[in-house]
Amino acid sequence: MTPKTTQPVTAADDRTDAGWDADAPRLLAERLTLRYGDRTVVEELDLVVPPGSFTVVLGPNACGKSTLLRALSRLLAPTTGTVVLDGRDIHTRPPKDVARRLGLLPQTATAPDGITVAELASRGRYAHRRALRQWSTEDDTAVGGALAATGVADLAERPVAELSGGQRQRVWIAMVLAQETPLVLLDEPTTYLDVAYQIEVMNLLHDLNRSGRTVVAVLHDLNHAARYASHLVVMRDGRVEAVGPPATTLTSELVERVFGLPNVVIPDPVTGTPLVVPADTRARR
Amino acid sequence: MTPSPGAPREERTAPRADPLPAADPLPVAGPRPLHRAAHEVPASGRLRTGRRRLVVGTSRRNVVVGVRSAVLSVGAVVLIAGLLLAAVVLGDYPLTPGEAIGVLTGATEGFARTVVLEWRLPRAASAALFGAALAVAGAVFQTVTRNPLASPDIIGLANGSFTGMLVALLVLGGGWPLLMTGSLVGGLLAALAIYLLALRDGLQGFRLIVVGIGVSAMLASVNTWMLLRAELETALLASAWGAGTLNTVTTANAVPAGVCLLVLLALLPSLAPALRQLDLGDDVAAAAGVRVGRTRTAVIAVAVGLVSVVTAVAGPISFVALAAPQIARRLARAPGIPLTVSALTGAVLLLGADLIAQHLVPLTVPVGVVTVVLGGGYLVWLLVHEARRRP
Repeated sequence: MTPKTTQPVTAADDRTDAGWDADAPRLLAERLTLRYGDRTVVEELDLVVPPGSFTVVLGPNACGKSTLLRALSRLLAPTTGTVVLDGRDIHTRPPKDVARRLGLLPQTATAPDGITVAELASRGRYAHRRALRQWSTEDDTAVGGALAATGVADLAERPVAELSGGQRQRVWIAMVLAQETPLVLLDEPTTYLDVAYQIEVMNLLHDLNRSGRTVVAVLHDLNHAARYASHLVVMRDGRVEAVGPPATTLTSELVERVFGLPNVVIPDPVTGTPLVVPADTRARR
Repeated sequence: MTPSPGAPREERTAPRADPLPAADPLPVAGPRPLHRAAHEVPASGRLRTGRRRLVVGTSRRNVVVGVRSAVLSVGAVVLIAGLLLAAVVLGDYPLTPGEAIGVLTGATEGFARTVVLEWRLPRAASAALFGAALAVAGAVFQTVTRNPLASPDIIGLANGSFTGMLVALLVLGGGWPLLMTGSLVGGLLAALAIYLLALRDGLQGFRLIVVGIGVSAMLASVNTWMLLRAELETALLASAWGAGTLNTVTTANAVPAGVCLLVLLALLPSLAPALRQLDLGDDVAAAAGVRVGRTRTAVIAVAVGLVSVVTAVAGPISFVALAAPQIARRLARAPGIPLTVSALTGAVLLLGADLIAQHLVPLTVPVGVVTVVLGGGYLVWLLVHEARRRP
């Protein structure tokens, strides 16, 4: 083990394989086909997560976004093709090695009854723990830092069940941050939150990205994606329809083709990024 | 980082010699602070989790123990010791506690020695160990399925073990090693059958329980059918066994069973951290670096082993595996089901139930009858409670 510093990004860089080029993508998928049983969800998909980017994956329901995220984080074995993490097929890496490089917040997270905020965030330290060393300063530092970065340090001793939806989501993100990975993947982190909490979580992700982490998020809100993402991946029926920066990628034609929604795209009056306004398709008398 | 002045500080972890450096927040670029609280760090520099914990050991090698769980455990150990003493002195040939302790220290000789070492202690110690084993098996199943109803007795493992044991007894002729093997094979086959029947797009707790209840009922019918076809004497013995009894415990079977159980229980501490991650959901556990499938298979195999060994000696004792982990969770107020507290709760439950069965009920009944009555009441309460919570 290399000695850990409080800077997770450099700590992770120390662990990368020898001869690794820092500018090369750390996470990519090559000709990826994913199946659940007989059902093909993702087919022949190529994807590169640009290093340091805030990548947002968009697409209609059941287009394979979440499945793709599970495959990118080693939770699902591809039928064919490979996911490459830091230069190696992700499935040739042990799970704990993957967990020190890449963190994932899935949608299916459940908090056990009675768990406190700090305890839940501490669960993110699993991959860093050693047998017969259940407590360490590194763990406390990482968890404390994650709680501070997500703005829930004041709530550390409170039961998670007592928190509001936005606070709870921040605690889950704190758990992923405590894992101290340079790559953070999130599956619909803003779903079920009201608009103020959504913005709060998006701002948090923005700050994580600015602090040096590569962030990949599956989102439903096109306008959040346009405002926050540096790189968009738009999917339909298990295939990538478009990739690139939001300003040039998120066009009216693309939204209509992918979502089947007639729309107008105007510049966001606040940020100037594309703003998708659905056309008025109500039935007229 | 300076501690915030004036804030009341409460030591949540054990005092240690070396003061820790204060935690720095994650590096954040950009002029705007993340949040008002973003740069506040735990005042003492030591993480406070809202639960009083003890760090036992050095900074290199240590274990973390919750204060509440530790106090509960010590209390349970004292209670178990008291119940063991009661179990040793009570009976048709009453002893004084002094005599009983004298036997253990070697001071008392003669018939009292036979009574304690040959008759009562094997049974009482087995009751405690079997209770602990059943409770841990229940805790494992309830954790893996994330459902308080999923315990080995409800989903038919105990009945499967008993089926295997009846086959060994009635078809193959019996003998302790054969009965043990039959019970183990029966339990594993029942587990495999339930697993295969319940498996669809991954394992879901609820489907596992419903399938398990069905398999349990079928196996119970098979057991009854086999008993009806058996010779009267064998059938009488086996049917008392079928309710779950400790009358069958002798030194000859208690010692090997006890060794098996202790070996199986010793496997769990190394699996416990991964098991705790499963509390958060399979995907979260896998993303944290747990080999979910392998962990689940390993802990379930251990749990099936525990249930099968107990069943081979004492028959299917119901409800300890169901109730003990849930009682332990409520007592410990810990997130997830605590294994150690569950084991001690199970030991208290089965030892207590056996004392009731032997001494409080006018006629001698199998301990399984007592646990069914106690556990049945608990199950009704649990169902009502769960139904209220999820309207």
